[in-house]
Amino acid sequence: MRDIELKMIERAKALLESGEVARVVGWKKGEFYFDPMPAVFETVEELNDFVYNSFCGANLSKYLIKVSKNPGKTAIFLKPCDSFSLNQLFKEHRVIRENIYVIAIECQGKLSVEKMKKLGVSAITEVNENGEEIVVSSLYGETKFSRDEVLLGKCETCKSKVHQVKDEEIILREMQAGKKDRFEDVEKLEAMSEEERFTFWREQLSKCIRCNACRNVCPACSCMKCVFDNPASGIAAKANDDKFEEQLFHIIRAFHVAGRCTDCGECSRVCPQGIPLHLLNRKFIKDIDGLYGEYQAGETAEGKTPLTSYNEEDGEPSDVFKGEEK
Amino acid sequence: MQEVTEKKEFTPNIVAFCCNWCSYAGADLAGSSRLTYPANVKIIRVPCSCRVNPTFVLKAFQQGADGVILCGCHPGDCHYVTGNYYTRRRMALLFSFLNYMGIEKERTRVEWVSAAEGAKFSEVMNDFVKTVTALGENKRLTDLRVKEGK
Ligand code: SF4
Ligand code: SF4
Repeated sequence: MRDIELKMIERAKALLESGEVARVVGWKKGEFYFDPMPAVFETVEELNDFVYNSFCGANLSKYLIKVSKNPGKTAIFLKPCDSFSLNQLFKEHRVIRENIYVIAIECQGKLSVEKMKKLGVSAITEVNENGEEIVVSSLYGETKFSRDEVLLGKCETCKSKVHQVKDEEIILREMQAGKKDRFEDVEKLEAMSEEERFTFWREQLSKCIRCNACRNVCPACSCMKCVFDNPASGIAAKANDDKFEEQLFHIIRAFHVAGRCTDCGECSRVCPQGIPLHLLNRKFIKDIDGLYGEYQAGETAEGKTPLTSYNEEDGEPSDVFKGEEK
Repeated sequence: MQEVTEKKEFTPNIVAFCCNWCSYAGADLAGSSRLTYPANVKIIRVPCSCRVNPTFVLKAFQQGADGVILCGCHPGDCHYVTGNYYTRRRMALLFSFLNYMGIEKERTRVEWVSAAEGAKFSEVMNDFVKTVTALGENKRLTDLRVKEGK
């Protein structure tokens, strides 16, 4: 990983020095090795803190909405999945293509510090990836994992390793898409009874503390004014009754990104309560694929989304339940 | 119809979003033709079925509805040409999603009823009320505090 990191820093330096871009969006050192955070670099000195390691799972695209409004071009490092999000932002005119310089970077799947902790490793000081073998050094010694054991949830079902938009690339090794089918868990839920599904979601969603992190991180949630910030909406804040308000929040959140969610997986990654939000988004994606033809948000920067278009031959709302009568 | 609601004590709250240009007039026609529909159907007039934001449907449930039905012009006959085509996609996805979260699929429905179909309007409403009555109270998708306050 270190070789890519050095190349990235080198490129960022050159771009800033030549004045081609006014700033670079990347990741910088956090408090620990395992918590690098998104950052904007405006000077060469600031790049001393630049990192790109196994824990750079964060999708940087959303930061461009704000940052790219400043004068001058903005360079950004994007992993393949992040590039879908940026394309979607171009499509919705949230970010202007001309203002952005995209550097496509290699990603072998990012790793989950939570999974490592569960497997008993803490106080991590460094991670080295040798293909499928992950060597984790911590204050207590060295531990080896297989990549699959500690892969971030969202990377297990990685949809593509092809960048959808780029100006140049830094890719040193071949990349492989995820091994798991992303609709597998949705299908499991679909196969349950209504009662079981209700119980499942109630259990999951009553854990929600309405921190709004899932909304804040989502590149598709890009409205200037959000319904959840409107006190008159009745869904702006955490209610005492956890039965309904939380569900309402989750239905609305998922519906608002239906047809626009690129399935980047950020919502599930950041949820402090471990709620599988991707299972909500993927239901919409699966339904859209099945009812209106396969559609991957962010694959292109043009065209309409499934919910802003129609076909005269579309099925009726009642059709969605046909064929599943028991 | 009266029969059904009387036998089981439970009378559901039904919210019907009706498009001004067709089903709302259809309801009128049903009335002037002396066809009945249950009194517990609360009609909300909208300029087009497409005006119904999914949040309206959720809000109706939150405020105590046991069933929500949308009525609009037949596809191809929208007063605004294409509105109901969007409704069709939106509600197909929303209803499927609500069911995915465990909400009984019979609680939500979309029907196309023209201004000339007074009889259909009456039939649809009677049938929907019957279906929801059989299901019973909407416990899953409701805000308890609203119910208790009543
Ligand atoms: S809803 Fe989740 S997976 Fe979809 S774009 Fe937003 S953060 Fe990414
Ligand atoms: S991130 Fe998790 S806990 Fe926070 S609002 Fe979203 S679902 Fe709820």
